[in-house]
Amino acid sequence: MSAWIERTAAEQAAALASGEVTSVELVQAHLDQIAATNGDLNAFLHVDASGALEQAAASDARRAAGEPLHELDGVPIAIKDVLATEGLPTTAGSKILEGWIPPYDGTVTARIKAAGLPILGKTNMDEFAMGSSNENSAYGAVRNPWNLDRIPGGSGGGSAAAVAAFQAPLAIGSDTGGSIRQPGAMTGTVGVKPTYGSVSRYGVIALANSLDQLGPCTRTVLDAALLQELIGGHDPMDSTSVPNPVEGLVAAAREGAAGDLSGLRVGVVKELQGDAWSADVVERFDESVSVLKDLGADVVEVSLPSFVHAMAAYYLILPAECSSNLAKFDAMRYGLRVTPEGSPSAEDVMRVSRDAGFGDEVKRRIIIGTYALSSGYYDAYYGQAQKIRTLIIDDFKRAFESVDVLVSPTAPSTAWPIGEKADDPLAMYLQDLATIPANLAGVPGISIPSGVSSADGLPTGIQFLAPVLEDARLYRVGAALEAALLDKWGGPIGPSSYTSKEA
Amino acid sequence: MPELSRDEVRHLADLARIDLSDAELDHLAPQLNVILESVASIQGVAGDDVVPTSHPIPMTNVFREDVVRPSLTPEQALSGAPEAEDDKFSVPRILGDEQ
Amino acid sequence: MADTLIDFDEVVATYDPALGLEVHVELNTNTKMFCGCPTTFGGEPNTQVCPTCLGLPGAMPVVNAKAVEAAIRIGLALNCDIAEWCRFARKNYFYPDMPKNFQTSQYDEPICFEGYLDVDVEGETFRVEIERAHMEEDTGKSTHIGGATGRIQGADHSLVDYNRAGIPLIEIVTKPILGAGEKAPLVARAYVAQLRDLIVALGVSDARMDQGSIRADVNLSLSPKGSGVLGTRTETKNVNSLRSVERAVRFEMSRHAAVLDAGGSILQETRHFHEADGTTSSGRPKSDAEDYRYFPEPDLVPVAPSREWVEELRGTLPENPTAKRARLQEEWGFSDLEMRDTVGAGALSLVEETVAAGASPQSARKWWLSDLARRANDAGVELAEVGVTPEQVAGVQRLVDAKTINDKLARQVFDGLIAGEGTPEEIVAARGLAVVSDDGALSAAVDKAIETNPDVADKIRDGKVAAAGALIGAVMKEMRGQADAGRVRELILEKLA
Repeated sequence: MSAWIERTAAEQAAALASGEVTSVELVQAHLDQIAATNGDLNAFLHVDASGALEQAAASDARRAAGEPLHELDGVPIAIKDVLATEGLPTTAGSKILEGWIPPYDGTVTARIKAAGLPILGKTNMDEFAMGSSNENSAYGAVRNPWNLDRIPGGSGGGSAAAVAAFQAPLAIGSDTGGSIRQPGAMTGTVGVKPTYGSVSRYGVIALANSLDQLGPCTRTVLDAALLQELIGGHDPMDSTSVPNPVEGLVAAAREGAAGDLSGLRVGVVKELQGDAWSADVVERFDESVSVLKDLGADVVEVSLPSFVHAMAAYYLILPAECSSNLAKFDAMRYGLRVTPEGSPSAEDVMRVSRDAGFGDEVKRRIIIGTYALSSGYYDAYYGQAQKIRTLIIDDFKRAFESVDVLVSPTAPSTAWPIGEKADDPLAMYLQDLATIPANLAGVPGISIPSGVSSADGLPTGIQFLAPVLEDARLYRVGAALEAALLDKWGGPIGPSSYTSKEA
Repeated sequence: MPELSRDEVRHLADLARIDLSDAELDHLAPQLNVILESVASIQGVAGDDVVPTSHPIPMTNVFREDVVRPSLTPEQALSGAPEAEDDKFSVPRILGDEQ
Repeated sequence: MADTLIDFDEVVATYDPALGLEVHVELNTNTKMFCGCPTTFGGEPNTQVCPTCLGLPGAMPVVNAKAVEAAIRIGLALNCDIAEWCRFARKNYFYPDMPKNFQTSQYDEPICFEGYLDVDVEGETFRVEIERAHMEEDTGKSTHIGGATGRIQGADHSLVDYNRAGIPLIEIVTKPILGAGEKAPLVARAYVAQLRDLIVALGVSDARMDQGSIRADVNLSLSPKGSGVLGTRTETKNVNSLRSVERAVRFEMSRHAAVLDAGGSILQETRHFHEADGTTSSGRPKSDAEDYRYFPEPDLVPVAPSREWVEELRGTLPENPTAKRARLQEEWGFSDLEMRDTVGAGALSLVEETVAAGASPQSARKWWLSDLARRANDAGVELAEVGVTPEQVAGVQRLVDAKTINDKLARQVFDGLIAGEGTPEEIVAARGLAVVSDDGALSAAVDKAIETNPDVADKIRDGKVAAAGALIGAVMKEMRGQADAGRVRELILEKLA
């Protein structure tokens, strides 16, 4: 029998239901793993051991009392530090928010608490979710459990690494241009960016409001479906929340796991192939595509020509929105206040505090955004980027007339060495080539492991995209491919050195 | 594509209330120009006939009823304040005018 | 340094003024523009704040439906078009009393646009064209510590209360008002006064200029007479009474003219109005470098009022002000002059409410336009804010009609009302103000007056009834005013018949 921490969330839930284990035992096992491994990984910024154990005990008491329980009641979870958690520090990976403890819960936090999942703590991230490597965290880089010298992806490297290293079976991520999916690919885990507006953003420290979306980080497709159904649904506190819940995700995952994809039309994106994609990633991708064919899917190539402009549009829209969002961090009401010598004015204190509290990438994006919104440049930059967005949405609509889902590698390469691209913003931005279009168009996307690179032994990911509100399609095709690949591999792939010491 | 001069970068940082040091300007200005050059490619891609999209899922008229909800307590409101006095946020002297 | 001024008559002989008014109306919704915090005035500091209006990381706005409704009703009452589709936008600038360092407002897509308001100025109708009315949120309030008299200049630090942050505002912007000439100060005042009356009639705001629930910014420029070229304008901020609106325009016209006459040029800037001496002083320069970097608020979706909703709201509008004035004049039997004075004094709705509370139109007009108008003027407040309500005025008049008090005693009752001493009846009782109707005491006083004024008494006996006034005065003095003059006259005539 493998240790509890290596079980999937669904298995842990089943064991709780059957009385095989208690929530306190599960939480303690994960806390032990965190204690043993977080020194190396730096995946958690804050661990709430006593709070999690208290919530676990309450869950066990509810179960003993025979109260009606959510399916995941008692299964522990980790939350990316971008989401407000009342009473727990929330920093978004930035020095400017060091020590800030929100007096309120974000909607997803509240839903997690209401469903009874003990919260293990807050996971590390690139500062304000700006980055693809987690090196931009003010609290130190997260290390990839597969190889401690490699990045875990970003911005949600903490959540992905925590799930990969069995520190938590479930974690919340946020995806603005790939921050759930790309770390999933880098760490051999599953990451889903749901349809825009289908999971509440209330309480999410905004990076780019029109792109941000919370989603699940897990080790299996079914676990992701369980978590997305838990956190999703309409929220009156979020004006951009879609009115109807995205449903049928768990059912789609179970259906997909049966392995029949006959009749499913899969489009390989022409624009997400070529020299930018490393051979080892493409090798695993091609292999997965042929598995899809074996499962009965019709695979064709489709072209979405405006994708070539996606990155440029993204790196104008995002900085513009974030330059305005981050203005609130001004040392007046909360957060870091640095007071220079003499008799400084509020303006001086704002300037100095923001210089001291923000890292380089944040400053770069604020300045670019300020420029893009300036009156003389608005039309040429922000206005034009919004039009590109329309073209990309049109491309998706056209493509989904002929196929049910689109597919591409999640990221152009496997995890690179820490430091390699740290001061080369453009090289870093190129890592999000495949993930950005989904955010611009609001469509859902999933990344699942496609295997291990023949070149460096690190995991690779494959991404599926579906039309808006059709998240269930991702779960069906994802679960089918996952089941077939597990079969082929003879079990899950994982960072062997991070399996439980008690196993 | 116009190149951002050091002074322009300083002006933008000023608008954004970031006190960049000379060393930071030296470091960031060239990077900003590389980034701007790479995003400049979109200029002229979409014509006047293309409607800009500001929101990926089109919705309108999302309103709230005019019903009072509980506010925070002053203790909660001020819990993160760098300085507070008399249940108010204490801020350094403000330059310029009253709003 | 004191500004050099030019005599107003000379100004209008040489220059054409162009006026522009931006009026902020604070709505009286229960909750704020984008969150459920209450909007009550005067709460303890930071008790009416939540993550959204405090700008806490992660919080999000949701639009108050009632505020949109109020915006549309204001727009319709101002004869505006209502947008089929419009958005909120962020106006980005840093200021410590603005929690997010951007104001959620509307930019190039206001909810109401292209309207007008016809205002009466000394019997003439003047059409003020409205450019737009849009929705936005208020800022917090700072108290400045350590400087002189709470001023921002020289303060050591400031304390911020965010209770006001996020209260819904409707900003109503006129097009340049041209051709007002010498009447420009009066037009400005009449526009704000009648806009306020309209807002009161709509019931969408407390409309208290003294509490800042209506705030006016006055734009003014001069151009050489007949040139038709708009001059450089100044914007005088937060002018907080009708009288100040008029004075601010008058002052700025004289100041501009002095600068221009001396060959100088007007600096485009904001200016501050000083109630004490009616002057303005220089604020911050409005340079083109001020770049608010507006963009559509990505946390909100567009507002697209259906035509059905707009028509439904049109059905809730109060009577058109011009038609209403005509109707009331007819109902009240006022002369043109009486009506014009009533409107000019900003007393129309006060008189209307006083009449509704039971007073005759003439008595209501009399109190509001004489005694109470004088008190308001002395106190430097608006008539509506003089401290007496229309119901109380009607109550006082009821006592006069019942001959419990006379007009002179009524003035003392108003003193008591303003001092908060209770109802008119309570004040009469507490102050012992009731007129003496006891004929015994009156009769004695009349006898005494006849006795001490035999010459006057003889005249009356001879039929010179008009001479009775002197005796009435003597009796009233004896009774310390607490007598019904009519009854005194009757007694004198009886005794001297």
